[in-house]
Amino acid sequence: MLNFMTKRLFVAALVAFTVSVIAFSLLRLSGDLATMIAGEDASAQDIEIIREQYGLNKPYHLQYLDWLGDGVQGDLGESMFYPEEVTALIKDRLPNTLTLAGLGVLFAMGLAIPMGVIAALRPDSWVDRTALTIAVLGQALPGFWFALMLMFVFGLFLRWLPISGNETLAHFILPAISLGYYSTPAVMRLTRTGMLEVLNSDYIRTAHAKGLPTFVILFKHALRNAIIPVVALSSVQFGNMLGGSVVTETVFQIQGIGHLAWESISRNDFPVVQAVLLLVACFYIVLVLLGDLLNAWLDPRLRVT
Amino acid sequence: MPPSDTKVAGKGLGSLPDDDDRGVPSVESVMQPDAFTMFSRRVIGHRSFMVAAIIMITLIIVALFAPVLAPHDPLGQDLDRRLMPPVWNEAGSWTHPLGTDMMGRDYLSRLIYGARVSLIIGFSAMMISGVLGTVMGVCAGYFGGKVDMVITFLLTTRLTLPVIMVALALVAVVGGSLNTVILVLGFLLWDRFTVVMRSATMQIRNLDYIRAANAIGCSTRRIIFSEIMPNVLGSLLVIATFEIAHSILLEAALSFLGLGVQPPTPSWGLMVSEGKDYMLFDPYLVMLPGFAIFLLVLAINLLGDGARDILAPENRN
Repeated sequence: MLNFMTKRLFVAALVAFTVSVIAFSLLRLSGDLATMIAGEDASAQDIEIIREQYGLNKPYHLQYLDWLGDGVQGDLGESMFYPEEVTALIKDRLPNTLTLAGLGVLFAMGLAIPMGVIAALRPDSWVDRTALTIAVLGQALPGFWFALMLMFVFGLFLRWLPISGNETLAHFILPAISLGYYSTPAVMRLTRTGMLEVLNSDYIRTAHAKGLPTFVILFKHALRNAIIPVVALSSVQFGNMLGGSVVTETVFQIQGIGHLAWESISRNDFPVVQAVLLLVACFYIVLVLLGDLLNAWLDPRLRVT
Repeated sequence: MPPSDTKVAGKGLGSLPDDDDRGVPSVESVMQPDAFTMFSRRVIGHRSFMVAAIIMITLIIVALFAPVLAPHDPLGQDLDRRLMPPVWNEAGSWTHPLGTDMMGRDYLSRLIYGARVSLIIGFSAMMISGVLGTVMGVCAGYFGGKVDMVITFLLTTRLTLPVIMVALALVAVVGGSLNTVILVLGFLLWDRFTVVMRSATMQIRNLDYIRAANAIGCSTRRIIFSEIMPNVLGSLLVIATFEIAHSILLEAALSFLGLGVQPPTPSWGLMVSEGKDYMLFDPYLVMLPGFAIFLLVLAINLLGDGARDILAPENRN
């Protein structure tokens, strides 16, 4: 287990490093950032001042090391639009995104796990087929359009829920549904396969044979085992949702890091974009690692590879 | 051996008159039909695949013949005819069957041309990502060892990057256009090809016939192209359909966020974005293009699901 963990940690660190290089170089692909920041009618002198100010006159690798060195100490530079440090800006916005993604995962699990269990109990029944149909239809829905439809029906037409902003928890309901819906098919399929596998195993037959009530067998014996990979998957999905929050937050005007990323990308606010990219990627790395470790801890066979 | 042998024998026996009366199954029902008949039966018998194929063919025809089918110029503005409702509305007229948008452009024509944008982007991006991902996956699976390690690392890194954010940033840097979007998506979405091709190649790599090919001295190139590729083609086709759908959805999202295909190009995602401020009073502006994306992606996904069932019925789950 220890060996497995060190290996995984090493790979994770290497991936994080590579991602930081990518995040850094992504915005320098376009050529001269200083010219871009200065705007169209800036003089050569202005551009030179900007270049000096942001350290853009140094070679790329030194710029990168400066950025990384400061970043490790919690200083990711200053936003070019907001009069704030990037770190403060992100600290301010992150809770909204975490709330959104957290509720999204809850919604996905709350919908998908019961559906998966029912589908596994009655394979090929109408329940199973309905669940599958919902999954197939859901995968074809464009996220932003689904969000707008939710807004239209529950916000504008029925007037049940607020449609923009992030003041109360109610503001997060529609966004969480629109974000979480995409994870339901995957979670449902995994629950279904896991349950089918467990239900056919010997110890469940034994439990039946010794006369345990079906309810106890299902929830205490079967689901408990089938749910582990589902929890691991959900943690990965949570990571995906942080990235996917761009669309949802933009549609519902939630002041989270997804919205921040979109704003900053549109405005060439590269310190913020770099930081958000790196942050989301790091979250993902940690979540995947947790998922892997969770799986490996519970299933020793996985530790070998 | 003449292939018709069994058939002739089958016909002769099957024509015995009282086969069924004696409760003995007829020879036709026991006999396996030839591979092609079985295949076409599976295709035609697969209902969702057939429905999806019909939708897909229709949409492709619409996209191909857009200039003939579109009643108006998709870019032609007419500010006197802004926001005309569709024909099912009382105020609608057949001149603009699906109404006009806020610039007075015919909505039906824009939707028809939008099919072009989506299909071109979906297919082209898939071609790029498909080639990239397949090469990487097959190499990782075939060579193993260090090659596999490097490619797996690249794959892990790619999966770590939030696709939509990176795509947005790249498009912003390079400038939004049809070609940029195709390239960005093509270079971002190769992961699933690599994952599937890698494991498929790994499985095949250790089979006896590959060892045999190796033993008789076939070159690596020959083994990969004539022994391995034909056997992973099925999975490749299935992934390809899903990746077309994936690219179409992402293009729509990028265009919706203003960093994809640029106006006035009629992209469905862009149309939803342009229409969203008018959603309350003119919901068709948002409903129609969104539904078009949904329909196209649904058809492609069903084709993929169907192809998987038809090509490899044994690994349906």
